[in-house]
Amino acid sequence: MNDTTAAHQRATGHGRPTTPGGAWIGASVGRREDPRLLTGRGRFTDDIQLPGMLHAQFVRATVAHATVTGIDLSAVLDVPGVVAAFTAEDLELGDITARLGRPASEFVATAMPVLARDRVRFVGEPLAVVVARDAYAAEDGLEAAKVSYEPRPPVVSAARALAPGAPLVHDEAPLNTLLDVSMFATEGIDAVFDGAPHVVRVRASTGRQNALPLETRGAVASWDAREDQLLLQTCTQVPHQVRTVAARCLRLDERAVRVVVPDMGGGFGLKCVVGREEIAVAAAALRLDRPVKWIEDRKDALTASFLAREQHYDARAAFDADGRILALDADVVCDMGAYSCYPFTAGIEPLMASAEMPGVYKVPAYRVRGRAVTTNKAPTAPYRGVSRPQYVMVMERLFERAARELGMDPVEIRRRNVITDFPYTGVNRITYDPGSYRESLDLCERLVREEGWYAAREEAAAEGRHLGIGYACFSERTGYGSAAFAQRKMEVVPGFDISEVRMDTSGAVVVTTGTMSHGQSHETTMAQIVADELGLDIAKVRIHQGDTDRVTYGWGTFASRSIAVGGSAVRLAAAKLGEKLCRIAAARWELSPDAVELVTGGIRRRDGTGEVVGFPELADIAYLKAHLLPKDVEPGLSATATFDVFNDGTFSNATHGVVVELHPGTGQVEILAYLCVEDCGVAINPQVVEGQCRGGIAQGIAGALFEQVTYDDQGEPSATSFMDYKVPTAHEIPDVLIRHLQTPCAFTETGAKGAGEGGTIGAPAAVLNAVNDALRPTGTELDTTPITPETVQRAFGRTVEHPS
Amino acid sequence: MTDTAPRERQLITLDVNGERHELLIEPRRTLVDALRHDLLLTGTHVGCEHGICGACTVLVDGAPARACLMFAAQAEGARIRTVESLAEDGELSDLQRAFTEHHGLQCGFCTPGFLMLAEGFLAERPAATKEEIREVVASNLCRCTGYQTIVEAIDDCAARRRKET
Repeated sequence: MNDTTAAHQRATGHGRPTTPGGAWIGASVGRREDPRLLTGRGRFTDDIQLPGMLHAQFVRATVAHATVTGIDLSAVLDVPGVVAAFTAEDLELGDITARLGRPASEFVATAMPVLARDRVRFVGEPLAVVVARDAYAAEDGLEAAKVSYEPRPPVVSAARALAPGAPLVHDEAPLNTLLDVSMFATEGIDAVFDGAPHVVRVRASTGRQNALPLETRGAVASWDAREDQLLLQTCTQVPHQVRTVAARCLRLDERAVRVVVPDMGGGFGLKCVVGREEIAVAAAALRLDRPVKWIEDRKDALTASFLAREQHYDARAAFDADGRILALDADVVCDMGAYSCYPFTAGIEPLMASAEMPGVYKVPAYRVRGRAVTTNKAPTAPYRGVSRPQYVMVMERLFERAARELGMDPVEIRRRNVITDFPYTGVNRITYDPGSYRESLDLCERLVREEGWYAAREEAAAEGRHLGIGYACFSERTGYGSAAFAQRKMEVVPGFDISEVRMDTSGAVVVTTGTMSHGQSHETTMAQIVADELGLDIAKVRIHQGDTDRVTYGWGTFASRSIAVGGSAVRLAAAKLGEKLCRIAAARWELSPDAVELVTGGIRRRDGTGEVVGFPELADIAYLKAHLLPKDVEPGLSATATFDVFNDGTFSNATHGVVVELHPGTGQVEILAYLCVEDCGVAINPQVVEGQCRGGIAQGIAGALFEQVTYDDQGEPSATSFMDYKVPTAHEIPDVLIRHLQTPCAFTETGAKGAGEGGTIGAPAAVLNAVNDALRPTGTELDTTPITPETVQRAFGRTVEHPS
Repeated sequence: MTDTAPRERQLITLDVNGERHELLIEPRRTLVDALRHDLLLTGTHVGCEHGICGACTVLVDGAPARACLMFAAQAEGARIRTVESLAEDGELSDLQRAFTEHHGLQCGFCTPGFLMLAEGFLAERPAATKEEIREVVASNLCRCTGYQTIVEAIDDCAARRRKET
């Protein structure tokens, strides 16, 4: 135990299991990351300083769509402090191309050059890298760069992109369509719609958002001559995937690239794709044989990194007279911007929406068309929830609209339709493992009632105020294994994880995980899993992640996979090590391995003598007295295990309940209460799970009410600072009341399901429904986010002072 | 490749966490860059460089200030405190302990800014109500926590301090 951890635990009394029996799993153990982060001793990418280090910035496109006719960097080199400037041609870099194994009629692969060559496709696209003695001089250098363009007409909206005769963003992609899939199409679905007593339609759009980790992207690249290896320190959620792309682009063996991830200031998906700049910086460092650092500034982070979530839905649902859904038909268009991200491709959003839209409901007939269109806007990456915040919002709107049309209570209509018998195989051919859909809905409604919000809504109405109550009931597929990702037909199929647990002669263990914490507390939660499995104090367990030389392989952290998949691999590896320890102990006593058992701190004889041999003594034999080992036991104490999910994954679920008050004069949507009933199976650390819920909900509210990346009709981004991109503060984000249900997963090693994204998924739907409930007297229903003050004012028939 | 002469520099003295440091820097160098890259006090972070996010908040003569909006030269003569000054002898301060107990941080990038904001505010208003604390917390951005646990941590720390006095 290091001193800060010891002091921390002494001081807080926070850091011990509180559950009966002393289990670490299930205890809100104090985070082991905290002492360094609280004292300023974290090490983020921009904290790295290397001898002789230079600083890079990028010359970026100033027009949305153009042929590049010339890049003149001669004046850049005259700027004091500038050391070098390189174009794509100078660095001879390969392209980054993400692919799906789908026919040309469904998917078109497009190349994303590391630096743009003869064509630019969005404002902010990198064209050249300027390297200087300090970051200030690098910025000076950018101003001296001269790029000449022959403008092409920009394509700035999905509607424009799909219009006949629209200019092409990528010449190889007709109709600017990168993905076009039609799925399921249940036989007879048209007849169901024709014969249904009620058909409701929702046409919804959701705003383009920035995942907005507070730490922008960045990288430090340096050549290590002693190791004959490039060291690329970069804040990525997917270190091994960055290594693969860097090695290929730089034409190196993968062993000659080491990717190390320092502390990370958030990612939320934006950092789970390979960035062009991190590769360009590596190339510049190799060329100059000097360490090169690049730290993205906020303007570039807002305009030129990866965005998400701009989707358009045209959805219909048929209902019977009792409010049971009969069929769902949806057309989904996702505006993916200028490029396909690696490794997920531009298919990420439409494929997620198409496969999973029926969600928690028993939908007998389903048809969907999902498209990814390319436009002259910054490209997109997966963002926390990936399409689920959007399709859940559309589903919940369909049910609310049907409830209104049928004169039913909006909770009751959901109750009649949610899946209650598990496992359930849906019309989308996905099998849902057990969850608490109905229970979460009932409990959430009861809490809203008990907290007095139904009565408050009535009182408010009597006073002429506008209170509304809204719900979202949803599930979230987590723990995608390689089988589930293979169904998407990704050429690069993520899914499994590998863990190694190694014990040293002092009985302490180091554990590797292929997942990559960037705020999710893996150093704590993964250690809890190992501490329980081996009967160790958590202080004896150290987690290693984010180093491609230390970790055999990994898929990083995204899609709420870390605890479900990575945590399972960790537990299996620890169990394997436990077996080895048992064999060594048994041999020492001349017993068979099944005559001994793991207990806290060592191995005990089962014969009732109570005799225990401690881990340090067994480790002493394994390493320092190997001659005492039985013949079939190899020296050393390490064990490696892999884990994968061979079915459709595991579904976390939740119901969110929101109470809002609308202020017709200002158009403000005030959130009066936010309740969340969540079920992520076994919560390894409930405090951490609640943190994920609250943080996720805040990002969901941001999308529902505040944040939107906008462009003018020439593709010029209009939100280039925090003055224009409105990130909510403690003023806007309410306290959240959380209640836990627990339906353990049957096939993860700890019973845990993923918990990272649910908050973000439920919030937009719940907020939008609450706003619509409050708008009921006006007859207006809204289906689009963000809900701006102007929209609310208009709904109340107020004059808008500043038309948008 | 060009290697031209450095730009004009000036010699300044900064008083940081009770220590005086002489720095030879360009006049345009911001306080946060001087702290981070010249004094290697990397606990103070940079989130936006335009004074909105507050990740770079430090205390200047006891008051919270955005170190990205000040030139280092402007801080001459002032007493500057950064997050590195909060813990003593390896023991977390009461404010830092409150943050960890309430899970007031996840990725930790914004945390030093919130700590210094709270440290300065509570020194000035030890009797602050929870609503006043929320108001102050709204000065900075956090993308991970949803703010509730930050407000609770500061409120709890304030309450404990009042109990002790």
